[in-house]
Amino acid sequence: MSSILFDIPGPRARVRHRAFAVLGGIALFAVVAFIAWRFYDSGEFAGQKWEWLQYEQVQIDLGNAVLSTLRAFATGSLLALLFGAIFAVGRLSDHVWLRAISSVIVEFFRAIPLLILMFLFFYGLPVLGIKMSPYMAVVLGLMLYNGSVLAEIFRAGVLAIPKGQSEAAYAVGMGKTQVMTLVLLPQAIRSMLPTIISQLVVLLKDSALGFLITYQELLYYARYIGSQGSFDRPIVPTTIVIAAIYITLCLMLTGLANYLNKRERRSKKHVDLEGGGAAKGTAMAGEPTIS
Amino acid sequence: MDVLLDNLDVFREGFITTIQLFALAAVGSLILGTFLAMLRVSPVPVFRAAGTLYVTLVRNTPLTLVFLFFFFAYPLLEIIDLSYFVAAVVSLIVYTSAFICEVVRSGINTVSVGQAEAARALGLGFGQVLSHVVLPQSFRSVMPPLISMLIALLKNSTIAGGFSVREAGAIRSILSERGEDQMVTLLWIAAGFIILVMVLTFVQRTIEKRWSVAR
Repeated sequence: MSSILFDIPGPRARVRHRAFAVLGGIALFAVVAFIAWRFYDSGEFAGQKWEWLQYEQVQIDLGNAVLSTLRAFATGSLLALLFGAIFAVGRLSDHVWLRAISSVIVEFFRAIPLLILMFLFFYGLPVLGIKMSPYMAVVLGLMLYNGSVLAEIFRAGVLAIPKGQSEAAYAVGMGKTQVMTLVLLPQAIRSMLPTIISQLVVLLKDSALGFLITYQELLYYARYIGSQGSFDRPIVPTTIVIAAIYITLCLMLTGLANYLNKRERRSKKHVDLEGGGAAKGTAMAGEPTIS
Repeated sequence: MDVLLDNLDVFREGFITTIQLFALAAVGSLILGTFLAMLRVSPVPVFRAAGTLYVTLVRNTPLTLVFLFFFFAYPLLEIIDLSYFVAAVVSLIVYTSAFICEVVRSGINTVSVGQAEAARALGLGFGQVLSHVVLPQSFRSVMPPLISMLIALLKNSTIAGGFSVREAGAIRSILSERGEDQMVTLLWIAAGFIILVMVLTFVQRTIEKRWSVAR
């Protein structure tokens, strides 16, 4: 297969590529070896730095930390999906005032950094006399920020459905609400499912911001164990372990998205969305999948 | 209003640091991201694998964890001492470049293969195909999502405030020591970010309108 940048290599190009592969392999190996040597030399691979993992109490606490991250993720994503659906419908409404209010809310929460939003709930609201637990602040922040992004995803999904679908629904006598809930939203959610799930990956990663407002999740625990003198301050090992946990969780979600995407493509209900050209598709895939 | 006017020095210093952080990290991650994209589209499997590995690992790690690593774990490795500000810039570059890489890569892929094949059939070399056919087109389709990434980078830079860099995200803790109303302070910070994001969004819209191509 020839790609956009490179023709199918001939004999000389193949030799050149092989030479590059060898040189690049050596260079990569050198980089990895240097990093590994730094880890080794500063004693991070020493046994006592990893001993903490063997304690039963530590394992239980680590499990609990994973659970509290997942708890924030589960509640946050549920609320964000709800928020997104409501405001997507609001932005698609026929009433100007409803559209205006929804647009302002969605744009507002999309423009504020999520951390500032969490600060607003955690440090700001108590000033007004409303007590906030770190957990509540994290969940509310996740809901408002990611919900706003999800609202835009839903809206793009609904707008991409061919016009004939809603016209046909109106023609058989459905009302506005029926058209939206029975015809448009199910198809939009179906076609947008991969994008929605990759936004949920972002939400999972964003839950780590709770660390900065003392929500006791994975990072908080990593820092706690990492500063324990009795375990020889294993902050480097704990960071590696926590990173591995996050990467596994996110890859599981991404795997789910890929699986659903494949199934959707094979399904008979698959609709080709108009205007879903490559450029638009990438713009949309690229846009929301960053925190 | 008083909170803003009485502490204008703190707000100014904070937002200037944020903009510096943003600018340095933007340039750095554009360079590293383009380099990674080069790796990922190269015909050499080793490079492709290395690029893919980096992107997969970094994209699935929370930015806060990257910060945690560079602020608390990295100093123990005794490679090069980084100041807090530089460590924040490095963390942002490491994280954002993975996303920039994907944007650039998908931008290159929006140009249809037939165009490059036609160009090659006419006898254009690699450099000519790239500079006359592929890049002018992919640059246009890359710009809007690229600016979205930069907006995300700007917002992400607040995390540095939680790691003792005195930027906009840290204004709250400085002013709470001065006994100011935290709610009002945070609303002013939010307003500052809304303005900055609006500027970037305006640039994005303008570019989109001027450069949009029918394909």
